[in-house]
Amino acid sequence: MPRLDTRDKLAILADAAKYDASCASSGTAKRDSQSGKGIGSTEGMGICHAYAPDGRCISLLKILLTNSCIFDCHYCINRKSSNVRRARFTAEEIVQLTLSFYKRNYIEGLFLSSGIIRSSNYTMEQIVEVARSLREDHDFRGYIHLKTIPDADPELIHQAGLYADRISINVELPTETGLKRLAPEKNAARIEGAMREMKSEIVDREDGSKRFKSAPNFAPAGQSTQMIVGADSANDCDIVIRASGLYDRFALRRVYYSAFSPIPDASAVLPLQRPPLMREHRLYQSDWLMRFYGFKSADVIAATDGSGMLPLDIDPKLAWALKFREHFPVDVNRAPREMLLRVPGLGVKAVDRILKSRRWRRLRLDDIARLTASVTKVRPFIYAEGWRPTLLTDRADLRQRLKPKAEQLELFAPAA
Amino acid sequence: MAQVARLADEDDFDGWRVAARTLASRRILPSDVLWQVGATPQDLFAATLTEVAAAAPQFAVPRSFVELARSAICHSDPERFSLLYSMLLRIRANSRALEDRADPLVQRLERMTKEVRRDIHKMHAFVRFRELEDEGGTRYVAWFEPEHHIVRASAGFFVRRFAGMRWSILTPELSIHWDGETLLEGPAATRADAPDRDPVEETWKTYYASIFNPARLKVKAMTKEMPKKYWKNMPETALVGELISGAQAREARMVETSQAKSATAQAETAKPSIGDNVRAAWEAVRQEAMGCTRCDLYKCGTQTVFGEGPVDAKIMFVGEQPGDQEDLAGKPFIGPAGQLLDRALGEAGVDRSQTYVTNAVKHFKFEQRGKRRIHSKPNGSEIDACRWWIEQERVLIRPPITVALGATAARSLFGKPVTISAMRGRAHTVSDGGEGWVTVHPSFLLRVRDNREEEYARFVDDLRVIGERAKALA
Repeated sequence: MPRLDTRDKLAILADAAKYDASCASSGTAKRDSQSGKGIGSTEGMGICHAYAPDGRCISLLKILLTNSCIFDCHYCINRKSSNVRRARFTAEEIVQLTLSFYKRNYIEGLFLSSGIIRSSNYTMEQIVEVARSLREDHDFRGYIHLKTIPDADPELIHQAGLYADRISINVELPTETGLKRLAPEKNAARIEGAMREMKSEIVDREDGSKRFKSAPNFAPAGQSTQMIVGADSANDCDIVIRASGLYDRFALRRVYYSAFSPIPDASAVLPLQRPPLMREHRLYQSDWLMRFYGFKSADVIAATDGSGMLPLDIDPKLAWALKFREHFPVDVNRAPREMLLRVPGLGVKAVDRILKSRRWRRLRLDDIARLTASVTKVRPFIYAEGWRPTLLTDRADLRQRLKPKAEQLELFAPAA
Repeated sequence: MAQVARLADEDDFDGWRVAARTLASRRILPSDVLWQVGATPQDLFAATLTEVAAAAPQFAVPRSFVELARSAICHSDPERFSLLYSMLLRIRANSRALEDRADPLVQRLERMTKEVRRDIHKMHAFVRFRELEDEGGTRYVAWFEPEHHIVRASAGFFVRRFAGMRWSILTPELSIHWDGETLLEGPAATRADAPDRDPVEETWKTYYASIFNPARLKVKAMTKEMPKKYWKNMPETALVGELISGAQAREARMVETSQAKSATAQAETAKPSIGDNVRAAWEAVRQEAMGCTRCDLYKCGTQTVFGEGPVDAKIMFVGEQPGDQEDLAGKPFIGPAGQLLDRALGEAGVDRSQTYVTNAVKHFKFEQRGKRRIHSKPNGSEIDACRWWIEQERVLIRPPITVALGATAARSLFGKPVTISAMRGRAHTVSDGGEGWVTVHPSFLLRVRDNREEEYARFVDDLRVIGERAKALA
């Protein structure tokens, strides 16, 4: 095989990393380099430095150390039996690439993952070495997200946490049977064991830093995980239950969903068709409802249809409202915050604005129109000064009226 | 008479504050003030405010207003000074006027600060430095065109992040330079003053093209967050066009190759090595289906009754759901209806052992009446929940012909309710490939009272036609 230069390797190893959805660089400790030493800063909110035509933000240099792997997970483009071209970066190459991108303001930092080569411990050592070199040799103060390897030595995971802002490990599939079928070498219990250990490290650190100022920082941006949607038989109910269990037990910052996308050289066990991207979007919306709108997982499940799937044509909040019409209309001039949050079309910011403004005036429908993006969706579900939607709320065709219009086809479209 | 208030710069907050204080204490109406920036010629009939500005009396305003004004003053809207002054007068009358978020003036100012914040954020995100060697060593230089007057407001971020580097940001309004210790301001610049290339840009473009996933094109989501007005100064955006046009073709090719590959795999089922792969995949899917909980039917049934037959079968029969005996034995079509199907297949000259037999719904749905479990029809959502398994079976087996026995199977196969009498006796296209045929369910023949013989003969005829069609396709 001819020798690959850095750009060739980058093409292979970025391509191999793109199935990881996470690119967040928010929520870590604040740092800067104003002392004159080192380079970089983090300021709470991460920045998306570019967007790709897939609509995803590019915030970090997201690459694999190598795409060679001794595992044979069917959904993964890098599995042992796949025919993709293989490449491997040295630690020094990654360090230089990260720094030269960072200095040109292309990125917020590095997201490093890897296929497993030789052994879990060997691979984890290589990953930790990149982070160590960035932090110690170059005094890099930007963001680092490290993916940890499930079976690696806890001491290595501990070191990773000391250098990284965020660490993560993927649960991969929402059901254990799915994992057994598609990733035979991985084990749900071991993955969750590693997450539990990371959680206790993070909690210890938080306790420690309250008492000792010098306590070392362990993964200040917490841990996250990802699961693939549509490669196994799990329906949306299963996925929501699994996600809320993960949030509760391991104090995760985020659960990412990745709609299974057909990969080149796919294994025969996989579905060839991708699930609708909208399904992934609806799951993210339900995730938001649970994290910011006071929905319990049981509420989201109540919004699913008979086969346990969230509707694709309307969002889960509207689906819930249409199912539980007895809770509506809500009086915008009197209702408590938690009920306003249940109104379809009212976001967290709009609700806070309503709560502030209604101290000063009785809100009318056109006031609400100014406080929200669109009043058409909100209208059937609220009382306002001079507005009673009673008839509208009880209409049987409310779903049809509120669902986004399908795009009309052009009658005289130019021939393709 | 009109008053002229003069400000040093477009974003001169301190100047505005002093002037506004003076005007407010002299109770001058907003409509009587002319705000001017820099040395623009003044209105001949207006008195200039500068002489009295120094004696401005102090009065307190809420901190939230100071923040709002500091930000809104960077907006490009020429009315901003006057709008803020109107707001200031209102706040003097009522210190909590800013809390009324439904008020049109408050909203307009809020919108302006939001636009300014966004522009600052986008400047932090989209500035692209290029490396330059000058007498002092390496300097990183960027050319950027912000929409509002935000260069000074954005500078802090770059200082905190790149304190150890020497850098300059050039804009059409002014330029800022960092030498490692102090931030200096320079005059307006042009694009030609900035370097026109950088050695790392090609590597960055390689990354941008590789991290993009062609299977999920969402152009609107991209342009919403990265509006085209910023594109001209970002090297990677030169690739967007070709990435989009290449994407659909790339995904189609990916699916095509995998399909072609499973087709070859199927053609070569005679060779044990590849046949084993499909068989192994089918075994794994069957194993997973055993624990299926996609709908509630698993709670009452004994077990999942999965399909059965060779994975290279040319015909796939799809029934409705397992019955009492199938549920206990775990095999499809072995009860009375299954025996009738066997007989009819025998008469039609089709070998059942060469076909794949399965059901639209894989669990037995029943009502308990005394000791007997009476069949009950699965509903739409149960059929939809179970369609996932049928699709997996179809992906693996890829039968050239699929036969729906009865309305439930036909609904599952075609994804919508259909009339059997209207579709019977000819081939239909199934969305995932192959031919779909429709006939009655054998249990219908057990139930029907009139013309039972005729109906049976018609069923056998259907099967015979299907058998011959399968031979013709092979």
